[in-house]
Amino acid sequence: MEQALQRQVGTEKVVVSAFLKLQGIEKRFGSFTALKGVDLDIAKGEFVCFLGPSGCGKTTLLRIIAGLEAQSAGTLHQGGRDISRLPPAGRDYGIVFQSYALFPNLSVADNVAYGLVNRKMPKAQVRERVGELVKLVGLPGSEGKFPAQLSGGQQQRIALARALATKPGLLLLDEPLSALDAIVRVHLRQEIRSLQRQLGVTTIMVTHDQEEALAVADRIVVMNQGAIEQVGTPMQVYRDPATPFVADFVGRINVLPATLESGDRVRIGATSFHCPHAHAPGGDVKIYLRPEDVLARPIQPGDANVFDASIDKIEFLGSYCLVRVQSPALGEHRLTVYLSLNFLAEQRLEVGGRLPLKLLPDRMRVFEG
Amino acid sequence: MSTLALPLRATAGDRVAHVALGGVALVLLLFLAGPLLAVLQQSVQNADGRFVAFANFISYAKTPALLQSLWNSLWVAGVVTLVAVPAAFWFAYALTRSRMRLKPLFRGITLIPLLAPSLLPAISLIYWFGNQGVLKGWFGLDQIYGAPGIVVAEIFAVFPHALMILVTALATADARLYEAADSMGTRAARKFFTITLPGAKYGLISAALVVFTLVVTDFGIPKVIGGNFNVLATDVFKLVIGQQDFQRGAVVALLLLAPALLTFGVDRMISAKQTAMLTARAVPYRPKRVRWFDALMTSYCVIIALLVLAMLGMALFASFASFWPYNLKPSLRHYAMGLFDAEVGEGFVNSLRMAAGTAVFGTALVFVGAYLLEKTQGAGPLRSGVRLLAMLPMAVPGLVLGLGTIFFFNAPGNPLNGLYHTMALLTLCTIVHFYTTGHLTAVTALKSLDAEFEAVSASLKVPFYKTFWRVTLPICTPALVDIARYFFVNAMTTISAVVFLYSPETKVASIAILNLDEAGETGAAAAMAILIAAASAVATFLFWLLSLWIERRTQAWKAE
Repeated sequence: MEQALQRQVGTEKVVVSAFLKLQGIEKRFGSFTALKGVDLDIAKGEFVCFLGPSGCGKTTLLRIIAGLEAQSAGTLHQGGRDISRLPPAGRDYGIVFQSYALFPNLSVADNVAYGLVNRKMPKAQVRERVGELVKLVGLPGSEGKFPAQLSGGQQQRIALARALATKPGLLLLDEPLSALDAIVRVHLRQEIRSLQRQLGVTTIMVTHDQEEALAVADRIVVMNQGAIEQVGTPMQVYRDPATPFVADFVGRINVLPATLESGDRVRIGATSFHCPHAHAPGGDVKIYLRPEDVLARPIQPGDANVFDASIDKIEFLGSYCLVRVQSPALGEHRLTVYLSLNFLAEQRLEVGGRLPLKLLPDRMRVFEG
Repeated sequence: MSTLALPLRATAGDRVAHVALGGVALVLLLFLAGPLLAVLQQSVQNADGRFVAFANFISYAKTPALLQSLWNSLWVAGVVTLVAVPAAFWFAYALTRSRMRLKPLFRGITLIPLLAPSLLPAISLIYWFGNQGVLKGWFGLDQIYGAPGIVVAEIFAVFPHALMILVTALATADARLYEAADSMGTRAARKFFTITLPGAKYGLISAALVVFTLVVTDFGIPKVIGGNFNVLATDVFKLVIGQQDFQRGAVVALLLLAPALLTFGVDRMISAKQTAMLTARAVPYRPKRVRWFDALMTSYCVIIALLVLAMLGMALFASFASFWPYNLKPSLRHYAMGLFDAEVGEGFVNSLRMAAGTAVFGTALVFVGAYLLEKTQGAGPLRSGVRLLAMLPMAVPGLVLGLGTIFFFNAPGNPLNGLYHTMALLTLCTIVHFYTTGHLTAVTALKSLDAEFEAVSASLKVPFYKTFWRVTLPICTPALVDIARYFFVNAMTTISAVVFLYSPETKVASIAILNLDEAGETGAAAAMAILIAAASAVATFLFWLLSLWIERRTQAWKAE
C-alpha cells in the first residue's frame, strides 16, 4: 500500500496521507460474510477500480463507502474525517449507478440541478452550472429533454453530470457501463477517464470487466470472496499477479502442473524448464503463463525453454488466432498461445502442423500446487 | 481496528420516516389488530367478561341449528366454486386464447356486477323466479328462496372476481412453449393439458379459494334470498344484532376467519411460485385464427353475457316498474320512494361521503405506508410489523372486521369510544377492510421504480420527502388513481363490514337496500342498488378521465 502511494508522487519519498482510508471493513449478512476485514487506502485524485466476479463483495464495499449499507465492523475516514457512521447525506460523494437512476419525470436540466437546487443556489447560477455540466459530458443543448428521449449512453452521461454537479470530493461509479452496448462502453469509459483526469476527482469504479479496469484505472483492487486478493497498477496486476485467482481472473492464462527441481528449474511433463521464480526444491506447483509469453519467434539457437509442438486446434479471432498446441515435451498438458494470422499463413501452419515454441523464463509465475 | 456493529446514524429525514411509519402502524393497530383481538377476546369470555376458555366453542358445537349453518355455508360455497370457476375459466380462455371479436365488450359486461352491491343478483333472481317472478316454476325450481337462490346469485356475484384472476393467469403465456410443441406435432388437446392447464394451475387454485371464501363470508345475498336457509354469515348477524349473544357471535366470526386465513396463506405461497414461472425472456403468446373454435368461444361468451345482462336488466326493469307484477309501466315511483320516503337519499349522500373519504384518505394512507415500507431504511421491527398488518386485511372478512370494530370501540374503557357510530369510523373501517389490494397496487408501482432514486437523492443531500414529492408521487399517479377508484367503488357497494357500525345518522345506501328489502320494498331496493351501480359507474368513468388527463400531461417524459 505504502509503495503504491509513494509511486503516486514519483520518486520523492513523501508519504501521502490517504484521502479515503478503509480499516478492517467487515460485512455480515446473517451467517454469510460478504466482506472479511478489508483495509484500503486511496490517494486524492486516484482512479481506483474494484474488480472481481459477481458476489465478491465489490459492490457491497462501494455501498459501504457511500453509506448505503452499514458495515458490521471497521472504520472509514474521508479527508481525515471519520465517516464510519455518517448517513449518506452526511458524506461527500456523487454516485452513478448501472441503471442510471435518472428521474424520468424531470428534464435533463432538472435532473442535473437536483442537488444544486437543494443548496439554495440562485436560479441563474444553477442554470449556468447545469449548462457547464452538460457541456462537460458532451451533451450541450440537451437541457430540455427528458431521460426517455436519450440513448443509454447519453443517459449515463447525464447521470454523471448530476453526480458531479455538487463538486463532490469522491465519485463512485457502480458498474456504470454494464448496461451499455460494447462500442458505447469503450467510448464512454475513455471519456470518463479523461473527465476524471481533467477534474482530478478521486474516483472509485466497480466493475466485473477486467478489460475496463485495465484500461482506465490508476490502481486495481482485485477482490474475491469478500477479501482483497491484490492491489496494484493495471500492469502489476496483469504482469505480476499476486495469487492464482488474480492470474486466472485478469486476462487469459495457461496453468501447467509442475514439480520444483533443484535451483531455478521446474519439471513440466517430461521436460525440465528454466524458471527464475522457482526456489525451494521439491513439491508440486502450478506454473502460470500467459499465451503471449509463449513465443513462436524470435527463437535463437541455444535459447532455453524451447520445445517442438504440434497444433491441435485453431480458433480464429481476427488479426490473431488462439492456438491450442500439444507436445511430448509437456506430457499430456495442452498449451494456448497467440499466433498472428500472418505468421500462420507465412509458415503454412494448419491443424497438425509442427513448430518450435519458447516459454519466456521470467514470465513463468510459480504458485503452490 | 475498532469494531463497530452499530447502524449508521439516523438523519432527520430517517426520523421523519420512522414517525410517519409509526403513524401508519398506529392506524392499522387501532382499526385492524384491535378489532381482531376484540373478537378473539369475546370468543373466550362469558357475557360477564369472565374468561371461560373454550366454553363458547363447546356450546356452539352442541347447538345443532348452528352446526347446520356451518354445513350449509360449506356445501353452498363448494357448489358455487365448482360451477363458477370452470365457467369463468372458459370465459377467460375465450378472452385470452381465441381471436373472438368484441372482447372488450364481453369483458366489460361481465365486470359490471362489480359496480353494484353483491346482493343485486339476489334481488334480480327474486324478480325472475320469486313468488311473483316472471319465470316462477321454470327449471323445476318451485322455490328460489333458500339454497338454490343463494347458489345462483353467488355464481353471478363471484364470477367477475374469478374471471379477473383467471384472465391474469392465462394472459401470461410463453409462446415459445407452444411453438416447441407444434414443432413436435403435438395435438391441441395434449397442448392444453400439458402447457395451458399447468400454466394456469396457480390461477385456478387462487380463483377457487377466493370464490369459496367470498361465498362463505358474503352476507348480503343470503340475507336477501336465503329465506329460512341459514348460513354462517347470517348467523353472526342474528346472534349479535338479534340475540345480543356476542360470545357465540364471536365464535362464528372466527369460523368465518378460518377459510379466509387458509386462502390467504395458500395465495401467498402460490404468488411466490407464480413469479418464478415466467421469465423475462418469454415471448407473449398470440392466438391464431381458428374459425370453428372462435365461433364456439363467441357463442359461449354470448350466452354468459346474456345471462349477466338478464340479471342486470331485470333489476333495472323492476326498479322502474310501477307496481310489480300488475302494472309494469315505467315510473320513478321506487326511486322516489326509496330516496325520499325511506330516506335513502340521506343514506346515498352518506355513501358518497364515505366513498369519497375512503378514496382520499385510504389512498393517501396506503400509498404513504407502501412508500415508507419500500423506500426508506431502518426501524426494522416496526417495518415488518406494518408489512404484516398491511397484508392481513385480505384474510379478514368484512363481517369479522365489522364485528371486531364494534367490540373494540364500543368497549366502555376505550378512550376512542366517541368514534363509535361516526362516519369517521365507518370510513376508517372500510379503508382497513380494502387495504391490502390498494397496498399491493402501490407496492407494485413503487417496485417498478429504480431502486436507486433514494440513494442518488441522499448522495445529493436531498431529503427523502422532497424526492417523494418531486419524483415518486408524480410517477405513481396512475397507480394512485387506480387505488382511489378501487376504494371508492368498494366503499359504495360494501355491506358486510359496515352493517354493524352504522347509526341512523350514518346509515349508508347499501345498508338501506337491506332494510328496504326486509320491509318488503323489493322494488325500491332494486332501485337503490341500481343507483349505487350508476354512481360507481360514473365514478369509474371520472377516474378514467382523470387517468387519461394524467397520461396526457406526462406524455412528454414517457415518450418513446
